[in-house]
Amino acid sequence: MKERTLTLALMDPPYESANSTTAFRIICAALEQGINVNVFAYEGAVCLSLKDQAPHANPVKGTSIDEEEHPTTKAFVSSLLAMGVDKPRLTWVNCGLCVDERGAANAVDGVRRGSPADFFKMAGESTNTLVIPTK
Amino acid sequence: MTEYVLIESRDPFESRDTEFVEQTAITIKERGHRVTVFLLQNGVFAARKTTTRLQRMTHAGVILLADDFSLRERGIKPTELAQGVEESNINSLVDTITQPNTKAIWH
Repeated sequence: MKERTLTLALMDPPYESANSTTAFRIICAALEQGINVNVFAYEGAVCLSLKDQAPHANPVKGTSIDEEEHPTTKAFVSSLLAMGVDKPRLTWVNCGLCVDERGAANAVDGVRRGSPADFFKMAGESTNTLVIPTK
Repeated sequence: MTEYVLIESRDPFESRDTEFVEQTAITIKERGHRVTVFLLQNGVFAARKTTTRLQRMTHAGVILLADDFSLRERGIKPTELAQGVEESNINSLVDTITQPNTKAIWH
C-alpha cells in the first residue's frame, strides 16, 4: 500500500479536555499502523509539550510524587516522538506565535517551532487532515 | 463517491448542536455518499438503546460506530448499544480516515 500520512491540528491546552487524550490515542494508533503523522499544535495545545511540566504529590491524600504517578502530557509527547523517530515518522510543530504568547518555548526534544504555513504545507502533502478544535 | 467520517465527541444531552452532525450525515447520505458517524468521548452516550437519538441516522443508512475505550470509560456495555450501532476502536478509525477520498470532520 502507498505510504500514508495523517496530519492533525490540535488546539486544546493540556489537562482541560478529553480531546487531548483522544489525540494521543489517534497518533499512537497511526504510528503502530506504520502511518506517518504530522501534528500542528495551535493555541493552548503548544503547552502539551512544555518541558517545564512537573508531576506532583497529593497532600490531601498524603501520597508522594512516585505514588501518584501523575501523567504529564510532555511525557506522552516524548513517548510518541520516540515511536515516530524514523519510519513511520512523527513531526510535531508548535505555532511560534502561540508559543510566544504563552511563554512556552521550552518544549521537549523533537518539537520544532513553526507557523500556520507549516500546517498548510503538511495538510497538502497528507493523505488526510483532521482538525480537533476546542469546543 | 466520497467517504465521509463524522466524529462526534459531544454528549447529546449536553450539546444541542449534536443535531448538526445528524442533519449533515443524513444530507450527505441522501446525496449518494458513504457516511460513517464515529461516536467517541461523551458522544457515546447517544449510543445507548435507552435513548432514541440515532434512529433517523440508522434509518437513513448511516454507519454508526462507537469507540470501545469511550464506552468502557463510561460503563456502557456492548449489550446496551442501540440497534444499528456497532462497537469499534481507534485503530479502525485511523485506518478509515487515512484511506484515499475520505473526509474526516471532528465535532
